[in-house]
Amino acid sequence: MTAQTVVAAQLAIELRGIDKRFGAVHANKYIDLKVEKGTIHGIVGENGAGKSTLMSIIYGFYEADEGQIYIDGQATRIADSKAAIAAGIGMVHQHFMLIQNFTALENVILGAEGSMLLNVSMATARNELERLAREYGLDVPLDIPVERLSVGLQQRIEILKALYRGARILILDEPTGVLTPQETEHLFKVLAALKEQGTTVMLITHKLQEIMAATDNVSVMRRGEMVAHVETSATSREQLAELMVGRKVLLQVDKGEANPAKVLLEVKDLSWRNASRVLRLDNVNFTVRAGEIVGIAGVSGNGQSELLDVLSGIQTLQQGSINLNGHVISSAAPVNPAQVREFKVGHIPEDRHKMGLINSFAADEAFVLGYHRKPEYNYRLLTNRAAITADCVEKMAKWDVRPQDPTLKTANFSGGNQQKLVIAREMEQNPDILLVGQPTRGVDIGAIEAIHQQIIGMRDAGKAVLLVSVELEEIMSLADRILVMFDGKIVGEIPAQMATETMLGLMMANILPDEVKQLQSGAQS
Amino acid sequence: MSQTRIPGWIYVVVIPLINIMLAALAAAFVFWYIDVNPIEAVVAMAIGAFGDSYGLGYTLYYTTSFIFTGLAVAVAFHCGLFNIGVEGQAYMGALGLGLVCLFLGGKIPFILLLPLSIAAAGLFGGLWTLIPAWLQGYRGSHIVITTIMFNFIATAVMSYLLVEVLKPQGSMSVESAVFHPDSWLPKMYEVFAYFGFTIRRSPLNISIFWALLCTVGVYFFIWRSRWGYEIRALGQNASAAEYAGIGPGRTIIMAMMVSGILAGFFALNVVQGEAHQIKFGLVNGMGFTGIAVALMGRNHPFGIVLASLLFGFLYQGGSELQFEYGVDPRIIIILQGLVILFSGALEHMMKHPVERAYLALSQKFQHQTVAEG
Amino acid sequence: MDTFNSLILILDATLRVATPLIFAALAGMFSERAGIVNIALEGKILASAFGGAAAAYVTNSPWLGLLAGVAVGIVFGLMHAFATVTHNGDQVVSGMALNILAAGLTAALGNYWFQQGGNTPNLVDQVNGIDARFSPLTLPFADRLEDVPIIGGVYSELFSGHFLLVYMALAAVPICWWVMFRTRFGLRLRAVGENPSAVDTAGISVVKMRYLALIICGGLAGLAGVYLSVAVTAQFIPNMSAGKGYMALAALIFGKWHPRGALLACLMFGILQAIADRSQGATIGSIAIPVQLIEALPYILTVVLLGGFIGKAVAPKAIGKPYTKERE
Repeated sequence: MTAQTVVAAQLAIELRGIDKRFGAVHANKYIDLKVEKGTIHGIVGENGAGKSTLMSIIYGFYEADEGQIYIDGQATRIADSKAAIAAGIGMVHQHFMLIQNFTALENVILGAEGSMLLNVSMATARNELERLAREYGLDVPLDIPVERLSVGLQQRIEILKALYRGARILILDEPTGVLTPQETEHLFKVLAALKEQGTTVMLITHKLQEIMAATDNVSVMRRGEMVAHVETSATSREQLAELMVGRKVLLQVDKGEANPAKVLLEVKDLSWRNASRVLRLDNVNFTVRAGEIVGIAGVSGNGQSELLDVLSGIQTLQQGSINLNGHVISSAAPVNPAQVREFKVGHIPEDRHKMGLINSFAADEAFVLGYHRKPEYNYRLLTNRAAITADCVEKMAKWDVRPQDPTLKTANFSGGNQQKLVIAREMEQNPDILLVGQPTRGVDIGAIEAIHQQIIGMRDAGKAVLLVSVELEEIMSLADRILVMFDGKIVGEIPAQMATETMLGLMMANILPDEVKQLQSGAQS
Repeated sequence: MSQTRIPGWIYVVVIPLINIMLAALAAAFVFWYIDVNPIEAVVAMAIGAFGDSYGLGYTLYYTTSFIFTGLAVAVAFHCGLFNIGVEGQAYMGALGLGLVCLFLGGKIPFILLLPLSIAAAGLFGGLWTLIPAWLQGYRGSHIVITTIMFNFIATAVMSYLLVEVLKPQGSMSVESAVFHPDSWLPKMYEVFAYFGFTIRRSPLNISIFWALLCTVGVYFFIWRSRWGYEIRALGQNASAAEYAGIGPGRTIIMAMMVSGILAGFFALNVVQGEAHQIKFGLVNGMGFTGIAVALMGRNHPFGIVLASLLFGFLYQGGSELQFEYGVDPRIIIILQGLVILFSGALEHMMKHPVERAYLALSQKFQHQTVAEG
Repeated sequence: MDTFNSLILILDATLRVATPLIFAALAGMFSERAGIVNIALEGKILASAFGGAAAAYVTNSPWLGLLAGVAVGIVFGLMHAFATVTHNGDQVVSGMALNILAAGLTAALGNYWFQQGGNTPNLVDQVNGIDARFSPLTLPFADRLEDVPIIGGVYSELFSGHFLLVYMALAAVPICWWVMFRTRFGLRLRAVGENPSAVDTAGISVVKMRYLALIICGGLAGLAGVYLSVAVTAQFIPNMSAGKGYMALAALIFGKWHPRGALLACLMFGILQAIADRSQGATIGSIAIPVQLIEALPYILTVVLLGGFIGKAVAPKAIGKPYTKERE
């Protein structure tokens, strides 16, 4: 395609200057985007890059603060999902929008019944769906409740929903995260068939291999901005990885040499399935020694959260074993979070709002969350409020948590100070092992440095630190050893000195750079 | 999140006050409709409720009942649970207390019987929550429905016991025998008389002191004990509670049992303090009033005492209205419903308008000071 | 022969007792399937009973009474929707508020309008020329078939001689089933109770669906109330709903939120009530079964069911949670 053929009418979607803020968060910064008709267009970016917001705007879930959307060259206002559907846009969400106890047929016709009587709607739909199945390879059993179908089949229903409504533009948000390799292959066959028929496909993903294999054009987002737009044939995985994470000056943390001593945390053959029986941890093995920081990198959703949950006792261990500070945890001897704390393990959770803090509690009560039963905080029957408050005042001063008001509700602290509170709480209890998840999420620059210093401090004091983060900078500047997780597995391990963003970016997309392969074969021989 | 921070007192004082005023406004409308001047009505009610020691006695007698049921509902609310079963738990508390009074009344001195009757009232009330609490904590069964069912089951159980077991021979009324006078709680006018003061007779009895004691006790339990900490944590954020190692099953059972115990104490006031026998339907809807009291008092013991006083006023004043205007005292139930509606169901309705008004006013004030400065 | 007669009489009573429960359970089904917990059935029944009886008396027409009762039910349904859907109020608290409001309003207004201690005047008052009660319907040939053995008894006693509303209740079951499972509206309503986000992304208004659900709920509850006051008792008596709203809710849950199951559960409750009425002093062997035990049985069974001990009662997934778009 030459530049001349890319005229307005050939663009299925064009975005000009789309801008969206959520309070202080500038999710989309004046985005321009051109998607050519009848192509498969990829959109890549890390977590928090703004991809989901952008797609939500296109699908009418939000309206942009500024900017214009052009569908087929016409300026179109998409105020809600109905308008998006009318404009020919269909979306396959990352978290399926299906009614679990309806059949596939019922799910497809919901909202597009075409007739008041279900029997009539269903008969019409059945014919149409059979046609679509034949044409695009989207076979799905139509009369079984959706909850009994595999994830891959459920996704096909989502696609059928869109096609049934006459979608000419199909957006897929991280479609392959939940699919097996075979299902993924099939999906791309379907997309190719759709493209053949003139449907435009937008593929949101962080999996670079798929982008290279399936798309015609790629747009890269980073921190709310659209930073690049390239033809897939003219780029490479490495280039995309670099564009995705950006070339930034690393915030160098002053860090001495690590002196790892004995193993305090050992994970052996850990596998774990969630409530829906999906395998989220796949044979995980690693150790953490006293006096070192082990960083776990990876795109969010690849098992890191589950790993922290199992290690901290929030989720029960199913298969494998964990040795926490000399205490062995196996499926025969499970533990709860209170016991884990007694093993001198601290846990800074990934989501302080969901787990780490209770919004309506005052700061001093927040400082004892998880430790509220300790004798130093209690008399026989009542709690020792004086001790708790004094403790809080002392810690707030030491950690510069502002405002230094122990009676202030945690909801009223800024994000950075809330995080400092959680970190202070866990570190001040002097654990031997510290589990840390996303320590600087939602924290401003000023506080980040302090937090990083504290984490290094723990390491230098001889603690074993396990750091989970989606921020590559953070991992690279703090960790002594870096493990990368993908799809519930540890795909590779490198010493921090060796790591570069590109290398890690590739590993995060499950592509092993040669250097790592050499390392691994070297280790084996 | 808004840019300017809106102070906490807006949410804790202003909005609840506005909600109650809306309820009062709606109630005034009802009064107006039935040809009763709302102002006159309120005055009549006030005189009836506070005008003399007879009215005041009755008011405080009702207040005592509502403190117990209100505290019961509030404790459960702190754990995120809606205990609608206070009605049945109070009924069962009456059973426990009644059994102690029937079997030990006159046989052991009052000073020994009283702790036993208190314990029995609390124990029976608490045990009646056990099954619904266990089902919610360990099997996820909706506690609202199970506690409502247990209200009905309590009625059936008590009906059976009163008719078949506790009813004295030859009696036609569905009630137990009268307790031995040695087991009766002293009434307040008797206490006053003991010290040489004369006040008019009313059902107000010493259980009001126990109610106030429980109020203080609940405060310490919820905000100054580790169990209360866990109950509040679970009620506010179940994920954080899990993170903190707070087991939901056992915490729910604890909260509900305390709630049931408080509900059981209701019987001290109504049964051991006034009726001196177990009567059918003795709770008479006051378990449900407890819900209104708890919502109005924002689940805080201090607020509950105030709200109980208000409802005591409404109940006693309602009797006065019937006397003066022939108004059905059940009109008080309308007020109760309106309070629950505006303070509970529609509690968010005024949030945005009030926030906007505050921001607008504060900006205006700032401009003024800037202009003046 | 005697047992046969007893059986007929019990089944006859069953239908009479079950009718308000059937209407109320169907009402609850629409509301709960749309995701709104409906503790307020009790209040809606009570309010409609009052409105229906009052209107029937004043207009001397049971039919206008019926319309009024249904209208009152719908008004309560709208109030419920206003609190829970528009203002995202707690569904259970709203329900309790409505119940209590209904109890108070009916008694107070009743006393004010009719000065009979909260009752409405009797709808059958020949002295004053009032005849506003629904009369029982006699099916064709019922008289002549009365003496025919077995079939005659069944036809004339069991099938014939019921109020119109009884037949309407029985007819309502398949109609509601059809609406819920064979129409577009029913599909969408069920979807709202399972996954409101999915419905929203399909371009359907969750708010509109929930309002409609509560309006239908109010109307059906209205029929239950009207039956109690305008047909059975011929007047309104304070608190005459006597827990039927809660029993209907229990029946609905017992029937797994399905019309067929709800019908069977209501009939079961009805049979238990009818048997209880006839079995003062029944015995198993030498142990007398307390009538209170039989009365309590439906509630005990509901608790057992909720505990997951007789199969799983799987409620609509999104029930009880107000729907808000994320990231407001």
